[in-house]
Amino acid sequence: MRPLDPRLLRHARSARTYLVITVALGVAQAALIVAMATLLAYGITAVFLDGAELTDLVPALAALLAIVAGRAAIAWAQEAAAVRSAAGVKSELRGRLLAHLTALGPRGSTSDTGASVTLIVRGLDALDAYFARYLPQLVLAALVPFVVLTRIFPADLVAALTIVLTLPLIPVFMALVGLKTEADNRRQFKLLSRLSHHFLDVVAGLPTLKLFGRARAQAGFIREVSQEQRRVTMRTLRIAFLSSLVLELLATLSVALVAVGIGLRLVHGDLDLRTALLVLILAPEAYLPLRQVGAHYHASAEGLAAASSAFEVLETPVPATGSAHFVLPAPIIFEDVVVPFRSSSLELSAVVRPGEIVALTGPSGCGKSTALALLLGFVRPASGRVLVGDVDLATVDPAAWRARLAWVPQRPHLFAGTIHDNIALGTVASAAAVASAAAAAGAADFVEELPDGYATRLGDDGAGLSAGQRQRIALARAFLRDAPIVLLDEPTANLDRATADSVMAALRRLARGRTVLIAAHRPELIALADRVVDLTPALAPTSDAASVRGAAPASAPDAASVRDAAPASAPDAASVRDAAPASAPDAASVRGAAPVSASGGAS
Amino acid sequence: MSWMRLLRSASWPAAGGLTLAVLAGVGAAGAGVGLMATSAWLISRAALHPPVLHLMVAIVAVRAFGISRGVLRYVERLAAHDAALRALGRLRVRLFTQLEKVAPAGLAGFRQADLAQRLAGDVDAVLDMLTRVLIPYAVAAVVGLASVLLIGSFDLVAGLALAAGLVLVGVIVPLMQRAAARRSDGRLAPLRGELATGTVDLLHGLPDLLAYGADAAQLARLSEVDARLRKAGERSAAAAGASAAVTVLTTGLCVLAGLAAGAVAVRSGTMDGELLAVIVLTPLAVFEVVGALPAAAQRYAEARAALRRLAEVFTATDPTPGGTAEVPVGRDTRRVEDVPVGSHTLRVEDVSAAWPGGPTVVREMSFDLEPGARVALVGPSGSGKTTIASLLVRFLDPTAGRITLDGTDLRTLDPDAVRRVVGYLPEDAYLFDTTIAANLRLATPDATDDDLRAALAEARLLDWTDTLPKGLETLVGEHGMALSGGQRRRLALARALLADYPILILDEPTEHLDDETATALTHDLLAAAGPRTVLLITHREDVAASVDTVISLDSAPKLVTQPAR
Repeated sequence: MRPLDPRLLRHARSARTYLVITVALGVAQAALIVAMATLLAYGITAVFLDGAELTDLVPALAALLAIVAGRAAIAWAQEAAAVRSAAGVKSELRGRLLAHLTALGPRGSTSDTGASVTLIVRGLDALDAYFARYLPQLVLAALVPFVVLTRIFPADLVAALTIVLTLPLIPVFMALVGLKTEADNRRQFKLLSRLSHHFLDVVAGLPTLKLFGRARAQAGFIREVSQEQRRVTMRTLRIAFLSSLVLELLATLSVALVAVGIGLRLVHGDLDLRTALLVLILAPEAYLPLRQVGAHYHASAEGLAAASSAFEVLETPVPATGSAHFVLPAPIIFEDVVVPFRSSSLELSAVVRPGEIVALTGPSGCGKSTALALLLGFVRPASGRVLVGDVDLATVDPAAWRARLAWVPQRPHLFAGTIHDNIALGTVASAAAVASAAAAAGAADFVEELPDGYATRLGDDGAGLSAGQRQRIALARAFLRDAPIVLLDEPTANLDRATADSVMAALRRLARGRTVLIAAHRPELIALADRVVDLTPALAPTSDAASVRGAAPASAPDAASVRDAAPASAPDAASVRDAAPASAPDAASVRGAAPVSASGGAS
Repeated sequence: MSWMRLLRSASWPAAGGLTLAVLAGVGAAGAGVGLMATSAWLISRAALHPPVLHLMVAIVAVRAFGISRGVLRYVERLAAHDAALRALGRLRVRLFTQLEKVAPAGLAGFRQADLAQRLAGDVDAVLDMLTRVLIPYAVAAVVGLASVLLIGSFDLVAGLALAAGLVLVGVIVPLMQRAAARRSDGRLAPLRGELATGTVDLLHGLPDLLAYGADAAQLARLSEVDARLRKAGERSAAAAGASAAVTVLTTGLCVLAGLAAGAVAVRSGTMDGELLAVIVLTPLAVFEVVGALPAAAQRYAEARAALRRLAEVFTATDPTPGGTAEVPVGRDTRRVEDVPVGSHTLRVEDVSAAWPGGPTVVREMSFDLEPGARVALVGPSGSGKTTIASLLVRFLDPTAGRITLDGTDLRTLDPDAVRRVVGYLPEDAYLFDTTIAANLRLATPDATDDDLRAALAEARLLDWTDTLPKGLETLVGEHGMALSGGQRRRLALARALLADYPILILDEPTEHLDDETATALTHDLLAAAGPRTVLLITHREDVAASVDTVISLDSAPKLVTQPAR
């Protein structure tokens, strides 16, 4: 592991300033350590051998007082700088992360949303200890021995050489112990976390264990697992602590060697007391920062882990967007589109003409939502294109394109803020406009019953609202936006019958005169559509037989248009059907709704 | 129970290890101090050019201290961790035993897995409390006191100065630090909350924000909160530095006091000159030991909070006290298992119920579950359906009225005995992070693979498991997340079927599944139940066709089904 991630300096300007300050303070501190040792050695010798009185020591004591005050000021400045720069670095990284995650879009990031939230809100705090504890010690470990040795060298060559020879042994031995044990440790820590996880699992599943009468027996099992964990942990620690044993042993033993050495040379008169005391005070100071670095190893590992998970996100490239011009109304064409997701993939060729209402059907997980996400620009096809008229969607400005869409997701997100803000998402709308959108969405009734009406503040993610109420607020958004293209993602899923009926009524109002794509499961939603595109994957995954099946000759016009759009050679697993399945109660009437009349109402 | 009693009872069996750790720790820290003190004396003495033999004891001592510090520190850390892990294991068992007694009703809201996780995480605080708080404090106290006595015996003033300095760094600085941390947390906490809400809104609501072009506005709002958080963090910087400065200042002043007092003592002849270096330099080593205490004090606050939360769990009372009787059985059979399936009757008579500390959620409810009956309990969420299920498996006792199993009040029966007759498949049935087979064998540990396959077949999951390369040995992932929602339900159902309960309660078995899957699953459920008595709990009103009786619950939704905790 590198002690300092260069990316930290690249991504966070505050980190660079901090490093400079820390080095400056480190130099000052090392100088003060040497000055203090010199003065103490002088003071002790003066009193012990030269018969100095307290009054003779006053200048030295005054200087020492100044040095102590200086060291305290440095300690203060170091800690304050650490806190300030940690706050700065965290803020910079947070800002970059949020902007980058937004640019990547909901499906662009490889890490899941929960992990990103945790990283931004809590995870980066691990940098506090990294900046306050580890980094300054690292700087001191590089500076102090150097400054201290420069002072000892001219005073006593032998002691200086002892330190020069033993000091490098510490990192070398630590690296040796570390190398030998790291793989071993990692394996055992993995086992450990599995044992801890077992306890969490058992506690979380306790009611289930009680139901099966297995809970009491678990107590003994937990005892055994805990004992096993202790044995395994101790085996790991016996090795892990070896590195600190080596560190302490070398540092202390070296100081002892230096002390005995200067003592003996003092007896023989090769050395004077003042020099000997100077060396005795300074020798431990040379080893101290190195020992502290070892002690703060965890702070470093955790801080760097947090930073590197941030960099991982920041280094995910954002897909390029264009600024091509598009004109509406225009047909939306899925041209041999393939989008891999999870274990399967969506394969789709279809044309949606202006003013058409098209239902996307198929079993859960077949890619209905993914098809809508394609239009929203949240995913890009792995192959094939999505066209608006003759313009590739990948080349248009996503914001301008999205401004012409209204989207009602399966589970709309409600934001911290008022109901007004939630309906007027992304626009500045008058109270009257919001109220009329809410009325059209069937939301006005319950909103106006609230004591604060549209000014009611919602809890976290709309806590306190039922699924139906959330759905109607999302519908009100769509009404307010008044966009020519509407995307509906199972808007009635998880609603009870009565609520679903009222949402359906609002959906019918919304669909009037617009191009609508519906990811649909429920029969009444499918019934709303002029045409159905079945996304059920073909049984043979490598099917080269383009399956445009079940196109009843009687309702040829729209089926034909689909055929036109899907060239026979296309490896088109998505089959396209003409109307609602037989289970839809009014399939006949749907079939009767001629697409011609629907396109007539196109905006 | 106070957290201290909890800690004491958990660490009692490890007392020997803890003592060893403290002794080794004292030895290690003492070696550090002794090395400095002895070397200082050795050098001062050597300056008077005595015969080398007179220095031999000091030379050996210095070398011994040099070796023993590292070794003793190693022993201390190993002994401390071994003892702490023993205490941890014991605390886990104690916590689990307590939770087993009171969960889920005694800990309202406990079924939420995150609360369970937090509790389990709190247990780890015992490690910190012992190894990083108590042992360092004990070691520092002993070594500090010994050093004060040593220096004080040479020169009283220097000893007193050292004592004052140690108290300042070991006691006053931590208190200062805590006050500063509290002030800064007070400033930061609301801003952190705002940042968290905004971040969750941004990332979870990103699709909505992007679709409606509101992403830039949300980012701007967040960056404004972030700027305020940064400012607040920077304002805490001055206070954070203060404790570090005081520690350095105190160390320096003690050294200076030693030099000044020593000078006076040497000149007045009350102290030998060769001891001067000892009283000046020893404090440097002592403060290295005591300087670790402010950090220990910080951990203390965190570990204590965690232990307090745990101690609170031990104040929860058993929600179903008493009852040891077995379920009565018919004349010809001796064991519950021998009673033919579908021969038990559950009667709910004027029952009212509330979760501990919560409002009454079930009021004067009466219904019977005759042998082999198919009953649906229908009502909107919040109408007390899950509470009724908890009553029937004796997770909870009624506050009024009574429930009888074959004529015997449930309150007189051993809860485990009740749960051998009445099975409950809760809405959030838990799957353990292990294999499909191990999850199933929870129901009957001695089931053969064929039994498992039969149960899976009944739950219509066998076709799927047969396609898996590892079959029954496939891991289901944490909380069963490797499976789809429908597969999780079916696996939980297979487990409930395997346990072969005469009476089976199915709670919202189709929640969050799409219509097609839901209809198929309900059908399979009832078919698989065979001759068993089934109570189907649901908010879907279209189940009437599949059951004999529908009981509609009060449709007025109540706001709180379980008191939040």
